[in-house]
Amino acid sequence: MEFMHSEEQLAFADAIDDIVTDLGGTQLARSWAAGDTAPGLALWAQFAELGLTGLRIAEADGGMGGSLADLAVVFERFGYHAVPGPYVESLALLPQLVSDADRAAIAGGAVATAAVAGTHPHLLDAHVAALQFSVTAGALATATAGEALESIASFRKLSRATAGADAADVDPDHVNRAIDEATLANAAMLIGAGERLLHEAVEYAKMREQFGKAIGEYQSLKHQLADVRIALSFARPLVWQAALALESGAATAGRDVSAAKVRAAAAAQLAARVSLQVHGAIGYTAEHDLSLWLTWVPALVGAWGTPAQHRARIADSILAPVGGAA
Amino acid sequence: MTMKLEYTAEQLAFAAEARSWLEANVPKDRLPSMDTEAGFAAHREWEQQLSDGRWSVVSWPAEFGGRDVGLVEWVLFEEEYYRAGAPTRVAQNGISLLAPIIFGHGTPEQQQRWLPGLTDGSIIWAQAWSEPGAGSDLAAIRSTATRDDSRGGWVLNGQKIWSSRAVWADRGFGLFRSDPAAQRHHGLTYYTFPLDAPGITVRAIEQLDGGTGFAEIFFDDVFVPDADVLGGIGDGWRVAMSTAGNERGLSLRAPGRFLAAADNLVALANTSAAAGADISAATRERVAEAWIDAEAYRLFTWHTVSRALVGEEVGSEGSINKVFWSELDRDLHETALELRGAEAEVKTGDHGSWVDDYLFSVAGPIYAGTNEIQRNIIAERILGLPRGDRRKN
Ligand SMILES: Cc1cc2nc3c(=O)[nH]c(=O)nc-3n(C[C@H](O)[C@H](O)[C@H](O)COP(=O)(O)OP(=O)(O)OC[C@H]3O[C@@H](n4cnc5c(N)ncnc54)[C@H](O)[C@@H]3O)c2cc1C
Repeated sequence: MEFMHSEEQLAFADAIDDIVTDLGGTQLARSWAAGDTAPGLALWAQFAELGLTGLRIAEADGGMGGSLADLAVVFERFGYHAVPGPYVESLALLPQLVSDADRAAIAGGAVATAAVAGTHPHLLDAHVAALQFSVTAGALATATAGEALESIASFRKLSRATAGADAADVDPDHVNRAIDEATLANAAMLIGAGERLLHEAVEYAKMREQFGKAIGEYQSLKHQLADVRIALSFARPLVWQAALALESGAATAGRDVSAAKVRAAAAAQLAARVSLQVHGAIGYTAEHDLSLWLTWVPALVGAWGTPAQHRARIADSILAPVGGAA
Repeated sequence: MTMKLEYTAEQLAFAAEARSWLEANVPKDRLPSMDTEAGFAAHREWEQQLSDGRWSVVSWPAEFGGRDVGLVEWVLFEEEYYRAGAPTRVAQNGISLLAPIIFGHGTPEQQQRWLPGLTDGSIIWAQAWSEPGAGSDLAAIRSTATRDDSRGGWVLNGQKIWSSRAVWADRGFGLFRSDPAAQRHHGLTYYTFPLDAPGITVRAIEQLDGGTGFAEIFFDDVFVPDADVLGGIGDGWRVAMSTAGNERGLSLRAPGRFLAAADNLVALANTSAAAGADISAATRERVAEAWIDAEAYRLFTWHTVSRALVGEEVGSEGSINKVFWSELDRDLHETALELRGAEAEVKTGDHGSWVDDYLFSVAGPIYAGTNEIQRNIIAERILGLPRGDRRKN
């Protein structure tokens, strides 16, 4: 029973923290939003050097052969730092679907992105992606980016996707599994984003004074922050469990991923709401770094299946079919 | 890099042994409510039966009737226990709140005297902490203990309230002010006493659910010999606090109960659907939410267990647990009533029905330290927010 981070995972998380901080922290997302992708791509290159871009690629294929639990650890850090770029697509979704050559390229640091019919229809950050794909239930095609779309999150650059004529059949189960991995990565990112929002709010509450004392002394704020702590603490183990279930091919893996997504989304949303409230007007400014997570969280909540879709998937898994059983 | 949620073959064998014993022994019909005289007696018998099978205190040392098993086995046992639909433990306050104190602070003589009776239900204990003026602010305790050297003991006076099962229980344990000059949590001492001692009056209080679950206890010159003092004189607060964490955290609330409740809720939804009820998508989602929360609770517990196993301090996190399980339990039962529709209000008299369990679930955010107090603890001890201007303990 070691249902917690291992020493190696903690060390890896620390390494990610150090690299992101050294390269500018929130400045990475800021630059990305402003159109300067160089710092963000430098981070990508560093991650490639660390082996991270091949995290989910077998060692024989030039990757790290990391587990899905490792993936959850890594994406939580990405969420904490709001790193810009199509990491979910490149590191979690595509390694399972693309050709050997493309997989090796991704492991080596090539940026890849994908539009997925239904839950993730637009290409994220196509402007930096050497490889672009369109994924449907049973097929993978190359894609080209069309009209640019504005995301609620300034550092997510979206565009409409056009699928190429080169669609190749992919086992639908395979596609679903890849989407589950992406959903898991997304859920882990939401936990990280929520932790950062909580951290910022707690630090601010200790420092900001009104009526002659720190606002963190006021119980109404304390209780809201405690609720965020509770929500995040109970969402994280669901993400880990989903990683283990998906890794071992458990029959329940799909609904476990859905449970992780539902709770991670709810916890991050609560963290965003409370963190903004604790900050007051300063939190509502675009200049404040908090704005990065406040706008990113809703984007992540909507991506890879809405909470309602995932709740319905769980209900379908644990309950008798609607109108059936008569 | 590894992270695992796996049990050893021995742990699984232990769980299987518990399952087969429970299958063979759990009463087929639910026992009557333990908040009635007959129900209390029936539950006491069940404690004896559990003890005969050596399943009443699995994590205790073998010399005191346990099986010496670790935390993992203990949580697995609890899962099996509730999955089997076994009766609620009438001895639970003694086992989870008093026994850790006896192990940690009791003299060897007290351990020999009190632990056996805890394991087999022959002595049921009531927790007498709350007072009319000391609920959340427990350190405001006013009941007194006065030294009586001639008799080698103490004389208790005052009043306790909301003491669960005190009407039928055998002994009580609680805090009294032994030094009238000392403020707040100073000068408190931990005493135990027989509930039929001269000078004690126990008055039953009817609860929201109609049962007499708790009681007031009046103390009028009640003598307690030195041998019945637990821990040092004036050390009562520290002694008591060493178990308050237990009550909120792991020991009283292993996930088994909520996993079983969630399973029952899913079964209720399915039987209702099979009986032709038109269950809305929104209700299905609420069932899914309850299921997710029970699952989250199970997994968070395994995370806590994992941390405890490597020696990490997990004390204040009991407060995170407490708020979560109590709200989960209440929400889950609200959903069950929603599924029962117009039938929900009908009391069947059969303890363990949805309506009874609902009425019990709404007490969760109050007892074991209200959720407001837990949120204060989370904010101050876990998040590190300033304590503010409440009276200092
Ligand atoms: C079913 C049940 C069984 C119980 N069994 C036992 C038992 O066996 N033995 C025993 O000793 N006691 C028992 N209790 C009592 C229980 O421990 C107390 O009810 C609890 O500690 C709260 O105290 P109170 O009821 O006096 O409420 P109060 O302390 O008066 O609280 C009333 C309200 O004010 C809020 N409040 C109080 N202080 C603060 C604060 N600082 N910040 C914010 N809000 C605050 C509370 O959260 C609550 O919402 C039981 C209670 C119930 C419901």
